[in-house]
Amino acid sequence: MIDKFIDSAAAALADVPDGATVMIGGFGNAGMPAELIDALIAQGARDLTVVNNNAGNADAGLAALIGAGRVRRIICSFPRQTDSWHFDKAYRAGKLELELVPQGTLAERIRAAGAGIGAFYTPTAFGTRLAEGKETRRIGERDYVLEFPIHADFALIKADRADRWGNLAYRMTARNFGPIMAAAATCTVAQVRETVALGALDPEVVVTPGIFVRRVVRIAPLRRAA
Amino acid sequence: MKKLDRNQIAARVARDIPDGATVNLGIGLPTLVANHLPKDREVVLHSENGILGLGPKPAAGAEDEDLIDAGKNPATALAGASYFHHADSFAMIRGGHIDICVLGAFQVSATGDIANWHTGEPDAIPAVGGAMDLAAGAKQVFVTMEHLTKDGRSKIVERCSYPLTGVRCVTRIYTDLAVIDVRPDGLHVVDIVEGLSFEELQRLSGVPLKRLATAA
Repeated sequence: MIDKFIDSAAAALADVPDGATVMIGGFGNAGMPAELIDALIAQGARDLTVVNNNAGNADAGLAALIGAGRVRRIICSFPRQTDSWHFDKAYRAGKLELELVPQGTLAERIRAAGAGIGAFYTPTAFGTRLAEGKETRRIGERDYVLEFPIHADFALIKADRADRWGNLAYRMTARNFGPIMAAAATCTVAQVRETVALGALDPEVVVTPGIFVRRVVRIAPLRRAA
Repeated sequence: MKKLDRNQIAARVARDIPDGATVNLGIGLPTLVANHLPKDREVVLHSENGILGLGPKPAAGAEDEDLIDAGKNPATALAGASYFHHADSFAMIRGGHIDICVLGAFQVSATGDIANWHTGEPDAIPAVGGAMDLAAGAKQVFVTMEHLTKDGRSKIVERCSYPLTGVRCVTRIYTDLAVIDVRPDGLHVVDIVEGLSFEELQRLSGVPLKRLATAA
């Protein structure tokens, strides 16, 4: 029997080794797997390479992981924000290496990893500082930059509902990086609001097929203070 | 001369967005364009975090943490909207499916290069987001910015001194003084604010301008 449900976030992340590359879903708070990140902090893995659109906000989630000194390198498109003080401090202290990638190139490099693509040419960033040192090529009337896939050991993502095969459905803009990160990582862990019986998800609404997901943890949403 | 304020610039951009267009609005002034779109035009707003058919901001109390725009602000989705993941969202941008994007800028060059992501200062922490994808991929790139820096220098320049976001991609520039088309044969002035002569605009601008035959 296939059963990808795991009882706790801690159990789902117990085998993350030091030095792992970890993709973390979310754009802002939408789709951010906050409880999985908390479990990763508690788990203690160090020297991580983290792939996320941003580099943490305020004091929770990815910012806390950085604040705890666990991240050696971050691959992202938009680290600097008004509340990215944990990133700013670690970066300025030289404790955190940054690979800055245009957002669409970041998404496509992640997608390429999951799709088995060896590399691709993109017009984005041609002629800019972010293409310096990279191979370029003129194809037809346009100039392109060669970009390589980003693979990960783990992907931590958040979806709305899952069945025990790991099929996932998302909610609104919380989908963002979830489907592509799920495919790009060796071990994808999804936290979901609700787990449902096999067959309860209409195959038409499954966005991430279970083949891309190894572990599912149900995290009941916090009840908001009135 | 009557300089345009931010809302007036946004309203001027909105006038040029045709019925049926799919448009991505950048953060800051470009976001204001949404408030000025004529009611008789159906314009589909794309938000790169994963919505086509972005609606106005929600009423207080109706926010949903799963529904935000590219500026990470609470958002709504219109009837007809769709959600998609990031690779699809940037396929729309890079694949030339977005008709118009509106971006802010530090500088635009006479050949349509844009600099808007990095001041170039050594201790500045860079952040690029989707700006380079939009610059490279949208069919038309509109830029909104003040015509002059705080110390009076033209932001329209022969060559950008700030790090580039994209090369030869800007199609039209909207400033507080003028609307200027970027064409293969140079910069053509489309509109000038009331009370400013072409000669005076030319004197303030860092590069040669051409009078568009139809300009007022």
